[in-house]
Amino acid sequence: MAKKNIVAMILAGGQGSRLGLMTKKMAKPAVPFGGKYRIIDFALSNCSNSGIDTVGILTQYKPQVLNSHIGIGTPWDLDRVHGGVAMLPPYMTEAGGDWYKGTANAVYQNMSFLDEYNPDYVLMLSGDHIYKMDYRVMLREHKKNKADATIAVIDVPLEEASRFGIMSTDENMQITEFEEKPKQPKSTLASMGIYIFSYPKLRQYLIEDAQNHESSNDFGKNIIPNMLKNGERLFAYRFEGYWKDVGTIESYWETSMDLLDPDNDAKLYDDSWKIFTDTASRPAQHISAGAVLENSIISEGCIVDGTVINSIIFPDVTIGKNTRIENSIIMSGCKICNNVIVSKSILLENITVMDHTVIGNGKDIALIDGGRVIETQGRMD
Amino acid sequence: MLKDYMAILNLAENEGEIRSLTTNRPIASLPLGSRYRVIDFMLSNIVNCGIKNVAVYSKSNSRSLVDHIGDGKPWDLNRKIDGIFLFNHALGDFAGGDIKLLKNNMEYFYRSKSKNVILASSYMVCNMDLNAVAESHEQSGRDITVVYTQTNEADNKFIGCYTLDVDENNNRITGVGKNAGIESNANICMEVFVMSKDKLVQMIYKCSKKLNEHNIYNIIFDELSDTEINAYKYEGFVSCVNTIAAYYETNMKMLDLDVSNQLFRLPDRPIYTKIKDEPPTQYIKGCYVENALIADGCVIKGKVKNSLLGRYVDIEDGAEIEDCIILQNIRIHKGAKLSHVIVDKNVDIEPETILKGNKVFPLVIEKKNLIK
Repeated sequence: MAKKNIVAMILAGGQGSRLGLMTKKMAKPAVPFGGKYRIIDFALSNCSNSGIDTVGILTQYKPQVLNSHIGIGTPWDLDRVHGGVAMLPPYMTEAGGDWYKGTANAVYQNMSFLDEYNPDYVLMLSGDHIYKMDYRVMLREHKKNKADATIAVIDVPLEEASRFGIMSTDENMQITEFEEKPKQPKSTLASMGIYIFSYPKLRQYLIEDAQNHESSNDFGKNIIPNMLKNGERLFAYRFEGYWKDVGTIESYWETSMDLLDPDNDAKLYDDSWKIFTDTASRPAQHISAGAVLENSIISEGCIVDGTVINSIIFPDVTIGKNTRIENSIIMSGCKICNNVIVSKSILLENITVMDHTVIGNGKDIALIDGGRVIETQGRMD
Repeated sequence: MLKDYMAILNLAENEGEIRSLTTNRPIASLPLGSRYRVIDFMLSNIVNCGIKNVAVYSKSNSRSLVDHIGDGKPWDLNRKIDGIFLFNHALGDFAGGDIKLLKNNMEYFYRSKSKNVILASSYMVCNMDLNAVAESHEQSGRDITVVYTQTNEADNKFIGCYTLDVDENNNRITGVGKNAGIESNANICMEVFVMSKDKLVQMIYKCSKKLNEHNIYNIIFDELSDTEINAYKYEGFVSCVNTIAAYYETNMKMLDLDVSNQLFRLPDRPIYTKIKDEPPTQYIKGCYVENALIADGCVIKGKVKNSLLGRYVDIEDGAEIEDCIILQNIRIHKGAKLSHVIVDKNVDIEPETILKGNKVFPLVIEKKNLIK
């Protein structure tokens, strides 16, 4: 097998239970986002735009939707002769088999995958962040610093710092201290969950970590602190740009709404760094004479005859006459009939909303489960 | 689902009346319905009835066609067994007629295993159930089947197409002519034919022996003198894109939800096209959109009425688009006002530009022009 300079590993096995009903049928990276994408598209597209052609996706929780979305990786140019995308679920061996016990353990169990490519560097990514990033720039920094590990960091407001893994660095950005969710943060440089490791070093630490039965086999809790303790060269790479973790329903909703600002930092419309996804053939969107559209994004296959304000409409959604959708996210295949009011709601896929129905109270986010029919005169908050 | 059939798309279509749009491309790759190309319709009809072996015979100006079709993946035709085959006419504008191109590539017929052939043009835009056509062909026991449509608008549509005299009691063709646009009622040949591969091969050889006949369809109709040709009547929506006015009207018809449902939303018969990975379309506060078909990737701040927008169209503040067809990758700058205009790809319409055509003679702005 041809040796690779860098292989990316995307952690996509988490349930993301704080997303509630959204992750009832699928893992968090497979949750639809931004009118036509799924969350993992951002990490995958960053890989292909950064010229990374070998990607392992570590799956565990309800992987079916993710599996069929990724396929053989064609939308991201990851259907390759050498390399490409590989789905990596837990598996059985002669000695039995184990679920992935932690992020580091998931990679440890797939060391044979990495060994096959024998890369110089391994890029660790999360499958649940919304951002555009050129990993090549980070890799250049990593090489320049002769680092063993480089951690991408972003400046966060001090009051939010205790939600993140926080780095302290010297003037050369070498990490001197790392604290996971500190009560009294000493800096505002937060880990983005994006790491580049020199593979031989990572390999060594993964094996040591696996032998330690007290370890929780986690990058943030074990691998990084161990490396730091042993005086390895760890550097922070400061990322300046848009980066959002869509871990909760509120942050999912807010990050979605960010896209409505035409000058938003997510730069979805920047053609030089496209976000790719698995797209079906659908007709163009049909905007009828009665439609009123304001500050919204709408996708293919939709038929809109009502009013859509500050909302995100996924493909194949029908919006009837005198219906008003406001501050909402409507996922694909929903059919909203006439005289309906939807405010501050997230409607999951394939919901039918009959005439004269009210959804959402406009204050709290109403999250409506997919596939259901909401009868005429119904009311859901 | 058709098992023992292959299909041939014959793109020897007459471009005389649509020239300003076909300078750089054949009719088959003209953009249509905001995000499709003309060929997508017949090609999707072919794959939707289960055919997995498709040949496309094209003229020499086929760069955009080849780019559009690629390896055939959007139509599921990137196959090891069968799949899509492109035959490109190397010499000028079909100098030797479509027969020459067919004959030069006879090996394809011998290699293909299917017994029967569906032969079709691309410019008849419709969503047709070819299973039903083949069934009628097989039940008729006749050597050749032709699909036709009945129209009462032949005086201004389907100009130059074949007209057929049809014995409706026996579903057979009794005579052939050309539509000169004089009468309004006519049976128009949709240039979809079914026959055995052997029959087609036999006709190609027969034709190549004749001095003055270069057109396969003429040869098929020649058979009328000694064989019965089965007639299959197609009842759905069809529009022939062979003039600028017809191109304009075919697009505009798609704004009618009934037509759009007949073309795009039939169960199990989607129209496939090439994927471009554009973001969804963004409607900015202050925009006004009424009766429009809009592809993804657009950013709309101005006014759009009774119009079609292709992928990546920016309508700036104060720009007004009415009764227009705007193709892909176009920016309409502030204050520009366009009505009855077809804007071809990659054009920038400068601020405050005013352009007007009319329904019969829509103004065509050719590809990559800068309008000041």
